[in-house]
Amino acid sequence: MRAVEAIPTLAASSELLPARSQMAFTLGFHIILASMGVAFPALTLLANYRGIQRGDADALLLARRWSKVMAVLFAVGAVTGTVLSFELGLLWPGMMGRYGDAFGVPFAIEGLFFFTEAIFIAIYIYGWKRLRPWPHFFTGLPIVVAGIGGAFAVVAANSWMNQPGGYEVGADGKITSVDTWGVLFNDAWSYEVPHMILAAYMVAGFLVASVYAAGMLRGRTDRYHRVGFAIPFAVAALATPVQLFVGDTAARAIADDQPAKFAAMEYVTKTGPNQTEWVGGIYDDGKVKLGIGIPDLDSFLVGFSADTVVTGLDRIPDDEQPPAPTLLHLAFDAMVGIGSALLLLGLWGAWAFWRRRDLPRSRWFLRASALAGAGAVVALECGWIVTEVGRQPWVVYGKLRTADAVTGASGLWTTFSIVLVLYALLGVATILILRTMARRWREGTDEVDEDDVPYGPPSDEPAPEPARAP
Amino acid sequence: MSEADAVAVVLWLGVTLYAIFGGADFGAGLWDLTAGGPERGASARRLIDQAITPVWEANHVWLIFILVVTWTALPEPFAAIMSTLFIPLSLAAFGIVLRGSGFAFRKLMHRVSQQRALGAIFAISSVMTPFFMGTVVGAIASGRVPADGNGDRLTSWLNLTSITIGLLFVAACAYVSAIFLVVEARKRGDLELAAAFRRRAVGAAVVTGALAAAGLVVLDQDAPVLYDGLVSDALPLVILSVVCGAAVTVLLLRGAPPGTRPLGILAVATVVWGWGVAQYPYVLPDTLELGDAAAPSSTLTAVLVVFGAALLIVVPALGLLYTLAQRELLGEAEGSQLGSDQP
Repeated sequence: MRAVEAIPTLAASSELLPARSQMAFTLGFHIILASMGVAFPALTLLANYRGIQRGDADALLLARRWSKVMAVLFAVGAVTGTVLSFELGLLWPGMMGRYGDAFGVPFAIEGLFFFTEAIFIAIYIYGWKRLRPWPHFFTGLPIVVAGIGGAFAVVAANSWMNQPGGYEVGADGKITSVDTWGVLFNDAWSYEVPHMILAAYMVAGFLVASVYAAGMLRGRTDRYHRVGFAIPFAVAALATPVQLFVGDTAARAIADDQPAKFAAMEYVTKTGPNQTEWVGGIYDDGKVKLGIGIPDLDSFLVGFSADTVVTGLDRIPDDEQPPAPTLLHLAFDAMVGIGSALLLLGLWGAWAFWRRRDLPRSRWFLRASALAGAGAVVALECGWIVTEVGRQPWVVYGKLRTADAVTGASGLWTTFSIVLVLYALLGVATILILRTMARRWREGTDEVDEDDVPYGPPSDEPAPEPARAP
Repeated sequence: MSEADAVAVVLWLGVTLYAIFGGADFGAGLWDLTAGGPERGASARRLIDQAITPVWEANHVWLIFILVVTWTALPEPFAAIMSTLFIPLSLAAFGIVLRGSGFAFRKLMHRVSQQRALGAIFAISSVMTPFFMGTVVGAIASGRVPADGNGDRLTSWLNLTSITIGLLFVAACAYVSAIFLVVEARKRGDLELAAAFRRRAVGAAVVTGALAAAGLVVLDQDAPVLYDGLVSDALPLVILSVVCGAAVTVLLLRGAPPGTRPLGILAVATVVWGWGVAQYPYVLPDTLELGDAAAPSSTLTAVLVVFGAALLIVVPALGLLYTLAQRELLGEAEGSQLGSDQP
């Protein structure tokens, strides 16, 4: 009875639940900001480029305002990211002590990208007034590159946790040598990394577009709002079909690499061919209730044939079963469902653009677009639930149990409670600040706003020394 | 020099840069706190805000750098420190959340009452965070973190050494920051404010010196490994630090001519390196040496390669940022709404 053996480990670490909750909560919070950090600069630069290249004043104004939003989100993201660095050690010393020398390498690379990003974001955000247009635009490009590079490094670390490799251990269980390329390009990076980067572009694109869709629904249908909608929407709509393809590939790879995760997220109860694909439904003691079953489809999706044998939960030892199959399955279904809906929304927009070079006329398109941002965020969170909860009970898949990695410190419910309060305040403050900024822009009460010309000397100060951009 | 030594040097460069630039950032929070009421303190707060707005995120990347290099190159001591010192490190992390958000949001507020509330959060957490970081350093330096991470979770950092070093950190931050702010005020032509920060810098220098002297007495009793190192191998650095500190104080009293800031930076850097040299080769005094704690050679090589890449990419970029900031090509007027006296 393996289940009985597992109980002492769990009982010994009563701090496991608050530690996991705190990690999940702070990571789930940060990932929204991280996605904006990865993809929002690209949207801003597209608007900036259009603004300079075509003399499009609306696009230039959008780029300026977006860069201010970017500054706020980047500041909050820098803070929540620092907290995560602390938490890796504070909550999971068992993992960092044992695998830090392998797992840490991608983070060292990420640090390099993040540093580059922080520097150029400062130059770009604060360079609007006194740098010249094209030099200023080019100071923004490293942000985009560093964002993608940083996302690669962090997600490579996460994919290493799912498919650890690239290291050797000695007789005492300690790591004796590390192959950097083996760690970075582990067996899961090739599907996890593009999946996350595309998710970031979808989240940023649909979220920014949804703000302008909501504005247009309230009657603000001027060109400024239409451009503000079209740029991010186009980027997100282009990313979506690629994402569905990458996601499909990832699901097949997980069926091979992590059969327990796949079996739980797809409700595969008994190993064998002709597996039913379940849509919705609740998992109850080996049975699926209330779900819509499509015969053979799951086997077909895994191996393009109904005869494909898929490993079920019956082959997974009790103490290696992922917790909460219902949560995993519904999160997976929600992610796929939202992704498919966003694909249709993008096609709707593309159709109208192809026929009439304009946005769809229907208000339903705007209503759907106004919801698309929140939808993309929900899909993002669901994807992370599938990845992270589906890996349990392992923190390093097949190597180290989460229960063995957790800190021996006590009082984690206290720190988790403080984190909840702080982050709630942080989240509310961020939203209030962004709303206040938007209101001031609408009312024209941002006294130091874009009324004065960008890329010119400041008008409200005595002319400084004749320094120009280098 | 072994590979582990080289990585330790890299780590210490990060610690030094964080002590200087992060320290100047934290110290600015203390001066913000003590600047006086909304009207009297407005000019000082505006200066602080303008000076650190374009650089504060880049400055704090050094902290991430320190964490990442430690957990990659020294995974076991990292885990031990994080386990034993769970409480002060959690408090420092909370301080970073409050500080960053308080600072970033304050400048976006138009009302004085909102600015004051967020400013207070920014300022108090700016004092709290380096204090807790100092207690962590005190705990490590006095050998209270055993290699297995099962040190006492309270007395490891609630002791005379830790508290003295915590206070020393706060004072040193204030000192570095005041020296930076003298130059910033002068650059903006505000000689009155420059003189005010000059006086504050002298005060901070005296307090820092007194706490450092007290620290030595405490270390003699409480942290013999570190104390022995400080009065032997690290003695030249200690003397250099004292000389620099004294020279800076004299220069500040004589109007802070050029050269004050580099000497002030040197005074802090020599303390940081003095600590490192005194504790070498221990990572955790008495229990764990660098050679035994270091990650496998291949990992250390990877860290050194990434560091080399950082030198090639980040240093020129950072140079560009600081050059543009110094030439006042960065910054928009929205950074300066503090004290705009809107009801």
